Amino acid sequence: MTGTAQAAFRRLFNEIGTVDQVGIEERVAKYTTRSLKKGSKLFGLKLATSMVDLTTLEGKDTRGKVESLCQKALCPHDDRTVPTVAAVCVYPSMVKHARRALGEDTPVRIASVATAFPSGQAPLRTRLAEVKGAVADGADEIDMVINRGAFLAGEFQLVQDEIAAVLQACGGSTLKVILEVSELETYDNIRAASFLAMRVLRPNDFIKTSTGKTSLNATLGNNQVMLEAIRDFYLDTGTPVAMKPAGGIRTAKQALQFLIAVKETLGDEWLNNTRYRFGASSLLNDLLRQIEKERTGAYQAPYYFSEAAESY
Amino acid sequence: MPTLTSAKKSPRPAARVHGRPAPELIFGDLWAYDPAPETADPKLKPRYELFIGGKFVAPASGKYFDSINPANEQKIAEMALGGAADVEAAYRAAQKAQETVWGKMPGKERAKYLFRIARLLQDRAREFAVAETMDNGKPIKETRDFDVPMAAAHFFYHAGWADKLEYVAPGRKVAPLGVVGQVIPWNFPLLMLSWKIAPAIAMGNCVVIKPATNTPLTAVKLAEIFQDAGLPPGVVNIITGPGSTGGLLMAHPTAAKIAFTGSTEVGKVIMRSVAGTEKRMTMELGGKAANIVFDDAPLDQAVEGIINGIFFNQGQVCCAGSRLLVQESVADRVVAKLKNRLRTLRVGDPLDKNTDVGAIVSRDQLATIQGYLDIGVKEGCKMWQPAGRLPTKGFYLPPTIFTGVTQSHRIAREEIFGPVLAIITFRTVEEAVEKANNTPYGLSAGVWTDKGSRILKMSTELKAGVVWANTFNKFDPASPFGGYKESGFGREGGRQGLLDYCQLA
Repeated sequence: MTGTAQAAFRRLFNEIGTVDQVGIEERVAKYTTRSLKKGSKLFGLKLATSMVDLTTLEGKDTRGKVESLCQKALCPHDDRTVPTVAAVCVYPSMVKHARRALGEDTPVRIASVATAFPSGQAPLRTRLAEVKGAVADGADEIDMVINRGAFLAGEFQLVQDEIAAVLQACGGSTLKVILEVSELETYDNIRAASFLAMRVLRPNDFIKTSTGKTSLNATLGNNQVMLEAIRDFYLDTGTPVAMKPAGGIRTAKQALQFLIAVKETLGDEWLNNTRYRFGASSLLNDLLRQIEKERTGAYQAPYYFSEAAESY
Repeated sequence: MPTLTSAKKSPRPAARVHGRPAPELIFGDLWAYDPAPETADPKLKPRYELFIGGKFVAPASGKYFDSINPANEQKIAEMALGGAADVEAAYRAAQKAQETVWGKMPGKERAKYLFRIARLLQDRAREFAVAETMDNGKPIKETRDFDVPMAAAHFFYHAGWADKLEYVAPGRKVAPLGVVGQVIPWNFPLLMLSWKIAPAIAMGNCVVIKPATNTPLTAVKLAEIFQDAGLPPGVVNIITGPGSTGGLLMAHPTAAKIAFTGSTEVGKVIMRSVAGTEKRMTMELGGKAANIVFDDAPLDQAVEGIINGIFFNQGQVCCAGSRLLVQESVADRVVAKLKNRLRTLRVGDPLDKNTDVGAIVSRDQLATIQGYLDIGVKEGCKMWQPAGRLPTKGFYLPPTIFTGVTQSHRIAREEIFGPVLAIITFRTVEEAVEKANNTPYGLSAGVWTDKGSRILKMSTELKAGVVWANTFNKFDPASPFGGYKESGFGREGGRQGLLDYCQLA
């Protein structure tokens, strides 16, 4: 790291404070000991369902796959008290198929990963063109990746300028800024990157943990670091930023633990899908399985709820 | 159950509005937790006897007293009221066991009993956790995750020592002292019992012990485990009863050593009563620990540590971080963060798995704490408690913080032994050390900073038996625990703890 980069980090850490790894991991371990029973469990499961960004991000995605995903998003379960999911999340080339499948007047939003996802390693003008294209095709939300190379080199201004440029390209669409936490490595860096992004964002734009394309994705630890950053930023500026953990949340139990973190860190105003989302695919069926279990008192046979996200 | 609100559409991005009221977090009941009581059966008997010479025996007086659940003020069981004759019988049984069986037994044989006790306690962990919570009022998540596992850990740890005693003091020979008399407090009934018994019997001593009057239940339940483990009769004898019985136990001529954990006030009385005798002593007494937060500390984790320091076990901890010393430059931020965090602490039924702060041990203790709250307010400190409803029955107090506290306020000087935090500010490292040490106590301290060299400097300058760095209230059987100054002397745990239970030859 060059001297200037080090100075840039030092200044930022002085401003926003640091995170103790042992301490924060001890804190989040306590979320896993909360015990949810009966009504509160069912409420949590349905809330989590309403927060899912049902995702398919594969090279082999087709119109057919996206259409079946959209159908699942609109109607996750025969039980009509189960809410629709928040959004479907697809590659830019699939946005128009999603829009056709969902129609114009739909509760399910369309999110698209743009900006040369997942690496972000394309010229800015290419990334911006991709964003504009996705928005024109009907994307309500854009999931961008930050320039991790610039961040690690201490070029914070560049990181923020790029976010600002993408924000402008989004127009009225919501922006989600992916920090790609596994490439930032430390909790201090995750907190720092959260602040850099939040200083550019509008109310209810998102910061998001990861692309799901690297080995380490959302954990209770990095979720907590980002929630605390959002809390501190909100209390300082009044701007509420939303949060989306993505990747690695496969079970209803995990999702509830993340929600408990939200409840006890940010409070009631973040317990809705405007302020909190899960980027996930196989999670949805586990949520449905658990909802059905709460309703009937018994687990259904495994073939009722496929564990493979492929088969939505 | 709350109803699920329909997902709101994201509002159009708006320009930042200035001049509106300060933003606040809302910790309401949008998503309330349903009751989640721990349902394990504590397997209680209506009446418990004394445990003398390996048998449960009725007290000579024929009298019993009630053990009360502080969470609902209901009677749990009747406990035998031990007196002078019972103490005498217990010492006779202990002396006989020590001289004929336990003292002569090879260490590796003694170890087997300790291992057995530890494993049996683990087997019955949930039962003991529930019993402890009912008797003491502390939340089930603490008894389940801390008290009971840590009690078992002390037996395991000292079982490991029992056949390696020649390494306790390299180059010297060690021998047991004989019979030891022990009196323990009500804040960690089972854990303190294990702290006291495990090293004593591992070393070959026999024990006469009195649990606190308020919390005798798990002690006599552990006696059931001693029986199941086949522990030879008389190795451990348990006398329940009032404080005066504890006095008899401490003053008994058979005791080669006495060990006491409790208040400094009672500790002084005991020390006077044995002055001039040959008895060895270990005293683990009160504290008024300083938890020191510097401006470069990771503040959110420091706040967690402050909470763990003073609201763990409702603050009824001798090493509780009852004084928060916070550097002036971050004091406002720390207090704001602390208040927000306190608003999410859940006070209520100790048996509920989601309860963070349970009941105070007794009506008397609650009154004592409330007396200190009045004193704090009267002396001009600013009191703050999070909003929230407390159960109507039982001895509850919300977590309480005082700001505007100085060294001369009584709430900053005297041990309150409750969930009450006195917040004091400082400017420099020297001032922090000076203020932290300006107390008759010296049991523990905490330091929160990102700077390693400062941690080392503070740990040498703070006159406290334990100095925690970037954490608080961490315990391990291998780590010696004990005090400076009026917080007592002698160590418990680790090799040092064993040294206090042997004679060197």
